[in-house]
Amino acid sequence: MDFAFLADTMGQLLAVTPLTIELWLLCITIGCVISIFVTWARVSGVPVVSQLAAAYVFVFRGSPLLIQMFLLYYGLSQFVWVRQSFAWPILRDPFNSAVISLALCTGGYQAEIWRGGLQAVPAREIEAGRAIGMSRLLLLRRIIAPNALRQALPAYSTEIVLMMKSTALASLVTVWEVTGTAQRLISQTYRTFEVFICAAIIYLVLNFLVIRLMRLLEYMVSPHLRGRPSTVGVPGLAEAGIPKAIVPGAPPEHAASPVNLPEVPR
Amino acid sequence: MSLLTILGFGQTGWGGLLLAGAMMTLAVTISALIVGAIVGSLVAWAKLSRNLGWRLFGDAYTTVFRGVPELLIIYLIYFGGSLWVSWIGTLLGAQGFIGLPAFGAGAIGVGLISASYQAEVYRGSFLAIVPGEIEAARAIGMSRMQRFRRVIAPQVMRFSLPGLGNVWQLSLKDSALISVTGLAELMRQSEVAAGSTHLYFVFYIAGGVLYLVLTTLSDRVFGVAERRVARSFRGGLGRG
Repeated sequence: MDFAFLADTMGQLLAVTPLTIELWLLCITIGCVISIFVTWARVSGVPVVSQLAAAYVFVFRGSPLLIQMFLLYYGLSQFVWVRQSFAWPILRDPFNSAVISLALCTGGYQAEIWRGGLQAVPAREIEAGRAIGMSRLLLLRRIIAPNALRQALPAYSTEIVLMMKSTALASLVTVWEVTGTAQRLISQTYRTFEVFICAAIIYLVLNFLVIRLMRLLEYMVSPHLRGRPSTVGVPGLAEAGIPKAIVPGAPPEHAASPVNLPEVPR
Repeated sequence: MSLLTILGFGQTGWGGLLLAGAMMTLAVTISALIVGAIVGSLVAWAKLSRNLGWRLFGDAYTTVFRGVPELLIIYLIYFGGSLWVSWIGTLLGAQGFIGLPAFGAGAIGVGLISASYQAEVYRGSFLAIVPGEIEAARAIGMSRMQRFRRVIAPQVMRFSLPGLGNVWQLSLKDSALISVTGLAELMRQSEVAAGSTHLYFVFYIAGGVLYLVLTTLSDRVFGVAERRVARSFRGGLGRG
C-alpha cells in the first residue's frame, strides 16, 4: 500500500468535494421547488394540468439522467435562438446545465414522493378539519402538509442520497467534481483501485451524514409514533393506572397518554 | 435533408443505428440482470446468514454498491478490469494494454450495482415467507436443499417480482452510463449520430424517446407477469 499516493489522491479529491456538495445542495433545493409545483398540478383535479404533470413525471423518470443532461447541455446549443437568448450565459456554463438537469430530473421523482405522501393522509382527518371549518390554507398547513411530509420523509431521504450519486454525471459535461477528478487521476496513474477507494470513501461518508441527518429529522417530526418511556420495573406506576407496555410505533390514538412526550412545535 | 430522412432507415438515415443501439441496451441490461441475480442472491444469503462475518460482508456490499456513484463503479470495473486482464496477458506473454470487452465490463458493472438492490429484494421476499411453512418442511424431513428448492425458491421468486421490476428499470437507466466505455448502446449511438450530424437536440430527443419506449414496454411486461403470478396467491393457506 502506497500511503503517500493515497494521501495525495485523497487530498486532490477532497479539494473538489465542495463542488459535489454544492451541486447536490443546489439540485435538491431547486428540484424541491419544481416538485412542489408539479405535485400541485398533479393533484389539482384540472384534467389538462394534471395530465401535463403526469407527463413531466413520466418523461423525467422514464429516461436516463445522462441523456437529459446531454440534451440540455449539447442539444440546446443547436438552436441559434437559444444562443442569442438572455438564458444563454446561464446555459452555456456546464455547472449550471448540470444543476438544471439534475434539478429537473429529481423534481419528477420528488413529485411522485410528495404525491405518495398526500395519498397517505387519512381522509378522516381532512374531513374533520373541514367539519370544524378550517379554510383550505389552514387545512393544508395544519393537517395535510405535516402528515404528508412525515409520510414522505423516508422515501425523500432515499431520493436525496440517489441525487448525491447522480451528481457524478456532471463530470460527463466537464464539471470536475469528485468522480470526474477520480476518472482523470485513474487515466493519469492507472491505479484504479486506490483512486476508487478514496472516491468511494468520500461518497460513503457524505451519504452516511445525509442519512443520519434525515433520520434525526424523521425522529424530530414524529414524537407521537415513538414508544412511550418504559415503566417496566418502576414500582407503583402500574397501580397508578399508567400502562406498562412500551408500544413502539403505537398508533396515534394512544398519543394522549399521560406520559406522552412533549410535542415538537411545528 | 428532412428530419424524416435523417431519423429514417435509408442510406442517410440513422434510424437503424439507433434501433440497433436500443437492442444493445436491452441485451446488456438483460445480462446485467442475470449477473445481478446470481451475485444478488449470494449477497442476500450472506445477509441472512447466522455467521457474523458473512452478515458484515453482505451489509458492506450493499452499502458500498448503493452508496457510491454508478459511474465510479463502471470506471472501476472497466479500467480496473482492463489492467487486470493486461497483467494476466503479460504473464502469458502478450504485450501492452488489453482492454476488457466493453459489453462484458458494462454488464458486470451494472450487474454488480443491480446485485446490491436485488439482494435487498430477495432478502425481503425471504422474510415474507411464512415461517410455519419452513418448519413444516423441516418437520416432514426435507433436506436443506429440498427446502430451498420446493419451499423457499418458488415463493421468493414470486414475492420478488414487483421489486425486480423496479430494479430492472434502474438498471435500464444505469446502462446508459456504459456509453463511457464506448459500447454501441442507445446512449452511445445517440451521441455518435448527434456528433456526426450536429443535430444534437434531435438525436438526444430520439434517444430519450427510445428509452421511454423501453421503460414503458418493460413496465407492461412486468405488469402482465405480476398479474399472472398474483393468481397463485389467492386462497393461499396461512396468508389470509
